[in-house]
Order: sequence, then structure tokens, then C-alpha cells
Amino acid sequence: MNSAGELAPQLAKFRPDLLRFARLQLRDDPLAEDVVQEAMIAALAGRRDFAGRSALKTWVFSILKNKIIDAIRSRERTVNLSALSGEEEAFEEAFDRLFKANGHWQRDHRPGDWGDPEETLRQAQFWQVFDACLNHLPENTARVFMMRELLEFEVDEICTELQISSSNCYVILHRARNNLRGCLERSWFGPGES
Amino acid sequence: MLSCKEATHVMSAAHERELGLRERIALRLHLLMCRGCRNYERQMDFLRRACGRVGTSTADDKASGD
Repeated sequence: MNSAGELAPQLAKFRPDLLRFARLQLRDDPLAEDVVQEAMIAALAGRRDFAGRSALKTWVFSILKNKIIDAIRSRERTVNLSALSGEEEAFEEAFDRLFKANGHWQRDHRPGDWGDPEETLRQAQFWQVFDACLNHLPENTARVFMMRELLEFEVDEICTELQISSSNCYVILHRARNNLRGCLERSWFGPGES
Repeated sequence: MLSCKEATHVMSAAHERELGLRERIALRLHLLMCRGCRNYERQMDFLRRACGRVGTSTADDKASGD
């Protein structure tokens, strides 16, 4: 069993990653610092619950996820999704331009082969690009997408939490994925095959 | 017959809910004939995999031997 004295330096080592994870989702640096701080304190206080069933880092991240969820819940809930932001609207138009009138891919925009996923995920530079792409998502889109993919909420829970319809939720998640896909294609993988 | 654009919606939704039988068949038929959408499907899987690793499995970890 770890003593607090042994655990603290290990936690400190994770801090940059924890912070990055929190920042991506909260887009509010002071708040991100706070939740990371709380998560680290909770990890120290609850170290006896860590039975080594998972990697230490995974365990600390699960604590952080809960802290982020609390922060999201206590913050203003209303998401203005009825009006698409200019950014979101521009994105929808860009997505439409990938297709011909009949709804099939334009020759130049047909998705290409991204190669071996594991090899990509091993590269430190890829993660910089990926973070930047997540940060470029319009705010509401990002919020829904990260609740789904990073915090692993079910769609129903997102709908309840943000008071949006499930069809709205599907549209937003689809938009987020295409936005990310386009960003990665531009910044990392290169254009699709024609 | 699904268009590619419609197929992208179905492939995205497949990450949220179980597809109905008709949707599944329509999508499979489309994918058989469309390489662009087959790549798109793999790209969507890639996004999910990457999101699942944000923070917990960065390249730095491997470098420091964690």
C-alpha cells in the first residue's frame, strides 16, 4: 500500500496530462487547475481504495473524470443549440461541399486510408495535432462530443444533462466527428485518395 | 440505396446506439461497393480509439517506460 509520501510524487508526474485532459474539456484554465487539484487530493485521500486493479494513472483519471463531470454539472447548463453558431454553420457548409449533388463523395474528397492506427497513436506529435483539433471544435459541439467520447456519457445522459433532443445530439456528434476528421486530414494524414 | 452522405450519419450513429436491422443491411451493402465509406468507417473507429487514449496513453508514457 502506498503511503501519501510515496504517492504524491507519482501524482505530480501525471499532473501535466491531467491538466491537459481537464483543459480540453472545460476550456477554462483556472477551473481546470481546480479540478485537477481536487482530483489529486481525492486520490491521496482515497489511496487505500486503489487496490492496484488498474494502472495508477487510469485510476487517477477516473477520479478526474468524476470531478470534471461535477464541474460541468454545476456550471450553467443551458446550451444554446437552437441557433447554430457561425462557425458551426460554416462547418455544415464545408461538409456539404465534400459531396456531389447525389450525396456521393466528390472525387477529391473521398476519404483515404489512414494506415496503422497504433503506429499513429504512438507518436507524440500526433497528440499535439489531435489536441489542437479538439480545441478547434466550436464550443457547443466540443462539449457534447467530449461528454460522449472522453467522459463516456451515454446519449440519453447527455440529452438530460444539456436538455437537448437525442436527434440533436446525433447531429452534433456527427458534426464533431467530421470536423475532427477534416482537421486531422488537413494537419496530419493529408488529403484522401482520388 | 444509401448515399455516402447518409452513410456517414449511420456510421456516426453506430457509435451511439445499436443500428436497426434495415440500417445495418443498407450500410453493409453500401460499404461493399464504396471504398471511400469503408475508409470513413475506419477513420471513425480511429477517432474513438484516439479519444479513449487522450491523457492516459500518450507517447511520453512509452518514452518514460510507464
